[in-house]
Amino acid sequence: MSIGHTLLGLLESGPRHGYDLKRAFDERFGHDRPLAYGQVYSTMARLLKNGLVEVDGIEPGGGPERKRYAITDAGVTDVEQWLAQPEKPEPYLQTTLYAKVVLALLTGRPAADLLDTQRAEHLRLMRELTRRKSGGDLTDQLICDHALFHLEADLRWLELTAARLDQLAAEVTR
Amino acid sequence: MTAAEPLLVATDLRKTYGRTPALDGAELTVRAGEVVAVMGPSGSGKSTLLHCLAGIVTPDSGEVRYRGRQLSAMSDGERSALRRTDFGFVFQFGQLVPELTCLENVAMPMRLAGRRRKDAEALAATWLDRLEVADIAGQRPGEVSGGQGQRVAVARALVGDPRVVFADEPTGALDSLNGERVMRLLTEAAHDTGAAVVLVTHEPRVAAYSDREIVVRDGKSRDMERVS
Repeated sequence: MSIGHTLLGLLESGPRHGYDLKRAFDERFGHDRPLAYGQVYSTMARLLKNGLVEVDGIEPGGGPERKRYAITDAGVTDVEQWLAQPEKPEPYLQTTLYAKVVLALLTGRPAADLLDTQRAEHLRLMRELTRRKSGGDLTDQLICDHALFHLEADLRWLELTAARLDQLAAEVTR
Repeated sequence: MTAAEPLLVATDLRKTYGRTPALDGAELTVRAGEVVAVMGPSGSGKSTLLHCLAGIVTPDSGEVRYRGRQLSAMSDGERSALRRTDFGFVFQFGQLVPELTCLENVAMPMRLAGRRRKDAEALAATWLDRLEVADIAGQRPGEVSGGQGQRVAVARALVGDPRVVFADEPTGALDSLNGERVMRLLTEAAHDTGAAVVLVTHEPRVAAYSDREIVVRDGKSRDMERVS
């Protein structure tokens, strides 16, 4: 995820302090990985340098000064371009799992067990996400669904590979 | 009987249809209150395993014990009674009687068990409400959506307070959203009533509603809790 673009997008609804931005980000997108303060401030410094945000006001306080940031016209254009640009699909052509299966076959280790162990691990995580989804709001549901569909795709690949293991063994050991 | 004590135990099940082996030493234990997913490729024997567990099909060898009693030692009448009183069933489709309303369909198992119409329909109405389909009580199965029909089927499976619910591809004919709703309601209701669920599915996202998984391949079962 592009942190810079996401923070810029959050600024479109109105100027905010760095702390408010971090809180808004964490609430909406940071379920597993809340942003570090340092990351927020270094990102804002970069956006400021590139003219995508400006300082809208400074509040002096007991500690460091609190800058309030506002998005610039250039920033709005940047967010618009980012949203319109499709993300590159990642085909995962060289997976660790594939490499492990081939190496297991080449070294005479039980590849079927390796696939089943991985399958059990995938389903364990899918159960956890399903439980989290059941108790969550729509945001939780959508985030968990995204992960669940990807894990399901992996699991189907594990099933298919298990069904073709004899064929694969004959090819890699030829 | 404690919660940890097995309800259903299948040991070394073998079954052949003609010259085609369907089960080749399959095993499965189901405990009260747990949801067990049975997965595997098409034709692997998972539906045959479910039918053997439910006493619908008799294995060529091996045994199925329900609460300690061997199913094959029971008479046909005893097995039928068991399916009516202790087991509930949800299939992919085609299980509701098209001439009856959804309410009458859910009330039917209790009517067959001798309950008065008024009592049976009152209880059926509470189950339709629980499965979020109270609004279609007076409609016939042909007049409702696939997702609504499956929720009616789940209500019918659970209305008799079964100890085990057998669900064979219960979401197989539904889209993702409706399938998830059926699974959420089925597993929630089963957990609330303490019923065990034996869930045959080929969909990993459906299996993710289970507590544990058995994989059937070429008629043999593998308990996935024991692989890692």
